[in-house]
Amino acid sequence: MTTPVLSVRDLCVEFRTRDGIVKAVQDVTFEVEAGATLAILGESGSGKSVTAQTVMNLIESPPGRVAGGQILFEGRDLLTMSPEERRKVSAEGIAMVFQDSLSALNPVYTVGEQIAELLRVRRGMKRKDAWNRAVELIARVRIPAAADRAKDYPHQFSGGMRQRIMIALAIALDPKVLIADEPTTALDVTVQAQIMDLLVQLQRETGMALVLITHDLGVVAEVADQIAVMYAGRVVERGTIFDLYERTAHPYTRGLLRSMPRPDRDDDTLWAIPGSPPNLLDLGPGCAFRSRCDAAIDLCSIERPEPLPVIVGDPRVSACHRREEVLSGRA
Amino acid sequence: MDEREVVLTVDALTKHFPVRGARFGREGKVVRALDGVSFELRKGETLGIVGESGCGKSTLARTIVGLETPTSGAVRFRGADLHGLRGRERDDMRRRVQIVLQDPYSSLNPRRTVQETLLQPFQIHPDVVPRAKRLPRVKELVELVGLNPDHLDRYPFQFSGGQRQRIGIARALALSPEVIVCDEPVSALDVSVQAQVVNLLQRLQRELGLAYVFIAHDLSVVRHISDRIGVMYLGKVAELGERGLVYDSPAHPYTDALLAAVPIPDPAARGVERALLAGDPPSPVNPPSGCRFRTRCTRAQDICAVEEPILHSIEPLGARDVACHFPLIPENTLAR
Repeated sequence: MTTPVLSVRDLCVEFRTRDGIVKAVQDVTFEVEAGATLAILGESGSGKSVTAQTVMNLIESPPGRVAGGQILFEGRDLLTMSPEERRKVSAEGIAMVFQDSLSALNPVYTVGEQIAELLRVRRGMKRKDAWNRAVELIARVRIPAAADRAKDYPHQFSGGMRQRIMIALAIALDPKVLIADEPTTALDVTVQAQIMDLLVQLQRETGMALVLITHDLGVVAEVADQIAVMYAGRVVERGTIFDLYERTAHPYTRGLLRSMPRPDRDDDTLWAIPGSPPNLLDLGPGCAFRSRCDAAIDLCSIERPEPLPVIVGDPRVSACHRREEVLSGRA
Repeated sequence: MDEREVVLTVDALTKHFPVRGARFGREGKVVRALDGVSFELRKGETLGIVGESGCGKSTLARTIVGLETPTSGAVRFRGADLHGLRGRERDDMRRRVQIVLQDPYSSLNPRRTVQETLLQPFQIHPDVVPRAKRLPRVKELVELVGLNPDHLDRYPFQFSGGQRQRIGIARALALSPEVIVCDEPVSALDVSVQAQVVNLLQRLQRELGLAYVFIAHDLSVVRHISDRIGVMYLGKVAELGERGLVYDSPAHPYTDALLAAVPIPDPAARGVERALLAGDPPSPVNPPSGCRFRTRCTRAQDICAVEEPILHSIEPLGARDVACHFPLIPENTLAR
């Protein structure tokens, strides 16, 4: 068993709003090893992006606040470091790719300048060397005519090409962990497939860990080793991709997988999870999914289920009172 | 062959947008967003339209319902040219063809209650429902789409995304249309809510005999809901035919590449090599000569740069038309 390069334990993040405190992330635990891919799957408001932003220290405070937990990078807790130390450790070790590449890049500098600047500041490279390295990186993300394209501004690239530039920027400092927050959501399926292929190849070449934040069950199935499913700020189920797709131990994951249109069975009606995601201001006691759950029992509205292993010794964890029955198909 | 009557005919529809900077008296550049699209839609049928962004599918939607005026070509509802009619006749025809938009957040007026939003179609078309019967009709509509009639005086912000899309659907249904153009109706919704809205659209189709033009970039949703599929590339139809044929044995190399890019939601299917389409679509301002797909096509030959392939049916390929000089013909169909 290798030690995880990134390990998040019991992370809690809150936001103070006019209407009260929103507990956006609660007791979130996951880890990812070098060379492995963890997918964090969730809908909007599930807390998946806030989790990623907290790891990257991008939460604005106030209104945001880390209310508890640890973020261990190579065994050291980022949350207890001094701001300077954390900045240094995360800048070198953890990089992030965002969904919206147009607003994540600076519109008034060429893409080559932006990558070169990072190398000059962080690596102390000379102007010329930094530029050459930037061109290399642009070629590495498979953009044709890299030396010329380095002189272009972000708006001169198509969405897919710009996302490649974001990836070049992210891998410039050889990070140990790459967090990709919905990297292909705004892209066409054809371009999405290219970008996912590129991420997987780069991961193979560099051995970095990949944390993929997404709502797309198809993308997850193609690249992830481990998956953590989030709902209303909590991880409701966690395990290996093969285990979860074969059989789930949480009714929410099960509902998501069942609601996908499947060409192999031409059902007339799709399975649909009733209702809509809950308001995070008003979760109440018990399980946040209970009102939409087809397996809910009285206990679910009284006591919140803790994430526990379904089978002793099995890495799969489910936060459901009826996890064993759900897994075995009895609920 | 399908016996149902044709309700909507799209005939050689073309829409060109001038590129900014073009002036009078000078040959301005144009974006060829739609370049000769034709199809028929029958009563109760769903035609799915797929393609990458920029292929013209949203322009198609907007032109069909009259939000854009075509550069040439026609949209006919039961034989009447929707863009050629004027006055009352036009209004009467137009109400039969409605649209559901993608974003339920920006397509509803935030300052109108649900009731006000749903009453508006009757104010624009006052002859359809007499004044006294409008409110009962609004209640009926709200129930039809699965919303609570007690919530009529609420504002859009008080609803979730899925509920707002239901309001958008109720609005489209208000004037009893026969055709609804759905432009990415579930793309902005959460995964767990998408299935609800797809099911609602299908139920309404069964109950009301609606015909849909269903535009979406999610190929599995389109497959689920459609009877026939049209694949668009750079303003043209590349392939058009029965769902099963187009999805299971695509004949146009573009359809094939597009389908290959769809991730399979099953980790056991991993590791299968797929032929990925390289690059992005070319600019619709200056599309390639001949076949527009040839610059990304693995089967392209010299003729593809010279002669534009016409959408036509190919005998062994069944109920489907293809615009390709070298279509993929599955071996089993040849053997038959």
